[in-house]
Amino acid sequence: MATPIVSAVRTSRRPGPQPGAAPPATKVAFQGMGFSYGSRRALKDVNLEVPERRVTAIIGPSGCGKSTLIKSINRIAEIAADIKVDGQVKIDGEDVYAPGLDLVDLRRRVGMLFQKPNPFPKSIFENVAFGPRIHGLNDRAGLEGVVERSLRQAALWDEVRDRLSSSALDLSGGQQQRLCLARVLAVDPEVILMDEPCSALDPISTARIEELIDELRDRYTVVIVTHNMQQAARVSDRTAFLLNGELVEVGGTETIFTAPSDRRTEDYITGRFG
Amino acid sequence: MKRRVIETLALAGLRGITACVLLAILLMLGSIAVGGASTITWEFLASEPVEGMTAGGIFPAIFGTLCITLLMILMALPLGVCAAISMVEYAGQSRLARVIRASVNNLAGVPSIVFGLFGVGFFILFIGRSIDRVRGEGLLFGQPAMLWAAATLAVLVLPVIIVSTAEALNAVPRSHREAALALGATRWQTVSRVVLPQARAGILTGSILSISRGAGETAPILFTGCAYFLPRLPVVDLQIPFTSLSVPMVNPLDQFMELSYHIFIMATQSTDAAVTRPIQYGTTLVLVGLTFALNVGAIILRSRYRSRHGTP
Amino acid sequence: MPGSEALEIALPATRLRPRRRARTGERIIEAFLKLNGFVAIAAIALIFLFLFKEGVQVFETLSPDRLIQTTELDFDDNPVTVRMWQPVGANPKYSIVPLILGSFLVALPATILATILGVACGIYLAEVAGRRTREWVKPAIELLAGVPSVVIGFFCLATLATLVQDAFGTTFRLNAIVGALGVSFVIIPVIATMTDDALRAVPDFLREGSHALGANRWETIRRVVVPAGSSGLIASILLGMGRSLGETMIVLMATGNAAQVTLNPFESVRTMTATIAAELGAVPQGGEQYRALFLVGSILFTITFVINLAAEIAVSRMRRRLAL
Repeated sequence: MATPIVSAVRTSRRPGPQPGAAPPATKVAFQGMGFSYGSRRALKDVNLEVPERRVTAIIGPSGCGKSTLIKSINRIAEIAADIKVDGQVKIDGEDVYAPGLDLVDLRRRVGMLFQKPNPFPKSIFENVAFGPRIHGLNDRAGLEGVVERSLRQAALWDEVRDRLSSSALDLSGGQQQRLCLARVLAVDPEVILMDEPCSALDPISTARIEELIDELRDRYTVVIVTHNMQQAARVSDRTAFLLNGELVEVGGTETIFTAPSDRRTEDYITGRFG
Repeated sequence: MKRRVIETLALAGLRGITACVLLAILLMLGSIAVGGASTITWEFLASEPVEGMTAGGIFPAIFGTLCITLLMILMALPLGVCAAISMVEYAGQSRLARVIRASVNNLAGVPSIVFGLFGVGFFILFIGRSIDRVRGEGLLFGQPAMLWAAATLAVLVLPVIIVSTAEALNAVPRSHREAALALGATRWQTVSRVVLPQARAGILTGSILSISRGAGETAPILFTGCAYFLPRLPVVDLQIPFTSLSVPMVNPLDQFMELSYHIFIMATQSTDAAVTRPIQYGTTLVLVGLTFALNVGAIILRSRYRSRHGTP
Repeated sequence: MPGSEALEIALPATRLRPRRRARTGERIIEAFLKLNGFVAIAAIALIFLFLFKEGVQVFETLSPDRLIQTTELDFDDNPVTVRMWQPVGANPKYSIVPLILGSFLVALPATILATILGVACGIYLAEVAGRRTREWVKPAIELLAGVPSVVIGFFCLATLATLVQDAFGTTFRLNAIVGALGVSFVIIPVIATMTDDALRAVPDFLREGSHALGANRWETIRRVVVPAGSSGLIASILLGMGRSLGETMIVLMATGNAAQVTLNPFESVRTMTATIAAELGAVPQGGEQYRALFLVGSILFTITFVINLAAEIAVSRMRRRLAL
């Protein structure tokens, strides 16, 4: 059943799982989770385990609830809307919807990269320093250290080291997205959510971001939503397929793309719909 | 064919009417400019009125106008900006937000003389007299004063500030707020560090427009603190404690002269209208020039801001 | 990747900790802001309260029917019914009929004139004017909105009244028509800009559909665009009417201030606003006339409140209809 799409999986640079290695712990767990915007149900009975320090991709057709799924992890979905959540979303065993949970701390630990790069209209330095500043780091030397470290991690340091005080809006689209990544990394998160981070970028920038995702995997748990199946095949270890708000199937990326167990998954992957 | 004729006539009519309106505006401003141009000299602006207003200048009125609008904006700006922030950033789409919005709209539609009544009934007679009762030392706060006139004007321009601030806040793209919140910023940190800096120009525009409005309104200050002729400026020498130095300070408990009030009284109640007519025109020209300059400044600021950040 | 060793060293030292102390500060700020949100509500409520508190007290000494008319004895000691507002004198008269008539005698012609001119300007700006022309015409009209009403009143008093008298041969130089003309100066920009906004909010595909069916520009405007934006137009007219009823300085300076019952706009009249403005300064606090003035203010406030409410309903109807 190998299709041209699927052969992308075989050419990825990742090493396969080591034989005999212990399976990774679960970082984020959805347990019987349902999500509604007002009266409209966006997610139904989702049971999903996201392993720690791996890249998990969420795929599915438009409107299936992918964005809602990850926005419910850092609770960004509830900012401008009236929402209702059933079930639980747990990080390291703690339900993030428990009453009294510190939202500020949650959002520091779970960072997010948005579909369209959205740097603040400030300087490059101030963009990256924004996170550390609001969390209490105010001395210049400390900030400079964090900014340099984050920009290096985002593979942007060499390009901007001489113009840290220039406006972030002068950067190209791909650079802006890497800046946003640096901004997220500056607060030292544990989980990084990415909502179709490359959909607004050109192929070269996309490739660079995918390289970065590969490097981030050693330290962070990455959950990436993408409508680009080749991308999911290239970067992720596990893939989950969402359809109409339901989790249809989840498994190792290679398995999902070569031998999916659900008919609907197969239809989506082979392009019969979506 | 007949349809074409109708169309031509109709469009010409629209153009013509607009031209007439513009002409009327020009005529009105022109007649004031022509009537008052000869009166405007530096002395006119800098000296005091003499001989029962039939000669001299209007400096006290200019000074009083500056004082009252400054005091007004000091009161209205913090209140209005905070109210707008609360309405846009914190209340969202809730019922409270709708009630606030309705209140703001209604406040904007209140006739200016009703504000005058409110100023007298609430600020002077209720609050002022209550303060005097507590002090027990006779009548000081419970009478017309710059303070109460400024407070009355502040209530009047509050909707202007709230609406322009809310517009400026709404113009900030939602993605910036989301990005800040996703980094772990609290709501206030998002507002103060991301949203407000971007809304600065819009807030400034609203302030300038409200200053222009405040300088031009007469009815609210008719009975709350304005006077036609005062022998001295509303300034008092404040003694700096522990020194023998005193510094002149504007006294908000004093009455004051004001440009629009001056025009009104002179035009309707002056004893020798023919003689004072040039002064009336001159004062009117000064007031028009002032409000014109402020409004044009606000419009330029707004268009420059829009071109830099894109039209909201 | 070069430099990644440096990263490893830097990492543990910059581990961030959440600040618990800041939470209370944040809560205080939030409470303070929420309190400020009530400022507008409080202002309107207070105005309402203080106006009516004083106004209603007039009924302690004044029976409500005297608000319409008073019976007095004329020179031959015959009882005669008069509708006058003359609060000073042996037999104070508090009929609000001449005042309300005066207000409407100014407001109605002003609104009618301003509607014709303002809507025409609005249609011109939205549908006919080129982009370049619009860029200076719209600000020019908005600038008119920024002219203080005392200036317009002065213009009426000094110049316009004479022009009108020469043109119409009126007996009274200052009358309702002069006042109405002055007030229309104030309302035209209101109606014009709101009409412009309302028409521009009408989506383009409606215009395109009309043109595609063969209608010319005027027919499209008349039959498609204006009906679609009608709620906005109605709202602007209502707002203009409200403004004209609330206008004080212009009527104070231009209408002659004679409180008489008349339906002839070429006579001097006195509006509710002018009455308050003219008399509040000379009246002893707490007296009957003082309270009567507050009552007039309450009535005025109620009328404009109702009109503004109607305008808001029209605006929300326009928004809902165009939300498509």
